[in-house]
Amino acid sequence: MPNTSLLTVERLCFERDDCNVFEQIDLRVNAGDIVQIEGINGSGKTTLLRLLTTALQPTSGTISYSGQSIDLCRYQYLSDILYLGHQPAVKMTLTAAENLRWMTAGSSACPETALVAVGLAGYVDVPCYSLSAGQHRRVALARLLMTDALVWFLDEPFTAIDKQGVGFLENCMRDHVKRGGAIVLSSHQDLRLDGVRKYQLMPHTDQRGL
Amino acid sequence: MHGGFSAYLRRDLLLAYRRRGEAASPLIFFIMVSTLIPLGITPESGRLAEIAPGIIWVMALLATLLSTDGLFANDYQDGSLEQLLISPQLLAMPVLGKVTAHWMVTGLPLTLVSPLLGVMLSLPQEGYLPLLASLALGTACLSLIGAVGAALTVSLRRGGLLLSLLVMPLYMPVIIFGSATVQSAIDGFVWFGPLAILGAMLAAAVALCPLASAGALRLASIN
Amino acid sequence: MNRLLNWSPSWQWFHRLGSPRWFYQASGRWLPWLSLLALTLLLTGLVWGLGFAPQDAKQGNSFRIIYLHVPVSFLALAGYYIMAIAGAIGLIWKMKLSYMVMKAAAPVGAALTFLALFTGAVWGKPTWGTYWVWDARVTSMLILLFLYLGILALQYAFHSNEAGNKASAILALVGTANIPIIYKSVDWWYTLHQPATIKLTSAPSMHPDMFAPLLVMIVGFYCFYTVALLLFTRAEILRRERKSVWVRELALGGPAL
Repeated sequence: MPNTSLLTVERLCFERDDCNVFEQIDLRVNAGDIVQIEGINGSGKTTLLRLLTTALQPTSGTISYSGQSIDLCRYQYLSDILYLGHQPAVKMTLTAAENLRWMTAGSSACPETALVAVGLAGYVDVPCYSLSAGQHRRVALARLLMTDALVWFLDEPFTAIDKQGVGFLENCMRDHVKRGGAIVLSSHQDLRLDGVRKYQLMPHTDQRGL
Repeated sequence: MHGGFSAYLRRDLLLAYRRRGEAASPLIFFIMVSTLIPLGITPESGRLAEIAPGIIWVMALLATLLSTDGLFANDYQDGSLEQLLISPQLLAMPVLGKVTAHWMVTGLPLTLVSPLLGVMLSLPQEGYLPLLASLALGTACLSLIGAVGAALTVSLRRGGLLLSLLVMPLYMPVIIFGSATVQSAIDGFVWFGPLAILGAMLAAAVALCPLASAGALRLASIN
Repeated sequence: MNRLLNWSPSWQWFHRLGSPRWFYQASGRWLPWLSLLALTLLLTGLVWGLGFAPQDAKQGNSFRIIYLHVPVSFLALAGYYIMAIAGAIGLIWKMKLSYMVMKAAAPVGAALTFLALFTGAVWGKPTWGTYWVWDARVTSMLILLFLYLGILALQYAFHSNEAGNKASAILALVGTANIPIIYKSVDWWYTLHQPATIKLTSAPSMHPDMFAPLLVMIVGFYCFYTVALLLFTRAEILRRERKSVWVRELALGGPAL
């Protein structure tokens, strides 16, 4: 394959307790792409992201990274991706800086600078239990400034974030794809970014509710 | 980095240090429950001395069991577990790091205060060194076995009680050889034998339990 | 892996065995014969053992409970291994049917373990003078019952069938690794604390007239166990596949299989 895309998903199916959550997902993500997964609640957006990040195993189908199945290049793949889930993975008893340092262990960037950039200037050394839910998310978002990951998976990144934060996040994403990275995100919100590709997830109705 | 072992060990120790009060409760439980024994059975030192090895071991087991519940639960709730599952390193190493931290904040303090309980329960002189040695090895076994149960039940809402049902039968060999170590020393036999078997159990548990826990943790995202 | 299975014809039986529908239909054909065999063996063994085998020199007639106790105890332990092996096959080859067998083996095994403990207690009264003694084998059997109960409790605690299956399979495997350790430890513990009462070991050489019915009973119980396991598995298949077309047809009065 001469024109290899960064991430290729072929005929991906996932069953949960004999119910198809979805079947036959085909998706190509190239360097510089932003793919927005859309769908009503329960259509499997988070499940798809979990499959892409290997937290779940697909029932059938393949996911390839740079033309190679991710089962064969698991270490490389997992080193090259970043996932922000619903929960910010912030430890309440650690300070914002400690949390960030832990989450981005091995990164050369400075956590304090990143926290200032996400608007947590006065909260760097404050234990996270005294921060709000939105601020927890900002701590997690600060990872984006420090990571070398090539592919970002963001699950509803705009929840609990104010307007300013949304603008910041969009800038972050724009910079990342300019550098040749790729982003797969789930969101109900329309992004003010160019070249966002939308992928519509259809809820799988048969076999449900029977 | 040792594949995440030391990183997780250090982080969990730091987290435990920040919540010292919570970390100390198994220890306080251990001491308090042992106070019930003279009240419930007899204050007479002769009879206490007879049952002391077994009682101290049972209490240590229960105290460890109480704290095992939280081994992965916090990480599951705040999303750290999700991040751990997709980290590139072998999952067993961070798990082993976490279990080691768990032992250092529960099993090790229990071991260190056990002589105090020995005094309170009139444990004969010869029993102290074997008690320390057997508890040090044995509580490490308990932490490792408990980790499998904690991993299996991490995604369940009321997993704590279920966890004790799952791991208690697996704890039984440990308590047999643990209290036997102390008892043999008191009876004047060589106590190194049962202690060596505890060591062997620990070696097997170190090799197998992190793998089983890692497999079980992967189920958390399915449920 | 999947492609490999399809290519190689020698794997076909394995693939087919993995299909719950095929298994349901095939086991439907086996069941009558197996049940008949189990019934015949058990009846023969019981009549022979209870009515015609010679009395034990020391225990009189009360020893005859071994014709129930021994086979049940055998199966209680074997059942745990069967359950664990089924679970392991499920984990390795992702075979749904295998999980169903594992799930079916848990209550059957737990019931047999309980029965073993119960018959042991009944036997204990005339021989030891008490229903319960902390004998090595009794204690091991009790721990085995706890292991079974743990599996059962874990199985039903999960919302997701798949997670429940995998979790119980892991626990069953951990338990299997532990059973020899538990048995050896309890044995050792018992020799340490052995009370000076009558020690009841099975006679070193059982009289052939006593042994033959026991053998019949053991084989009979194995058949009975298989029948019970098949029945439970079939019930589980129907429950899990209730949405599929073939089960609906069956329920609506299709050909009885």
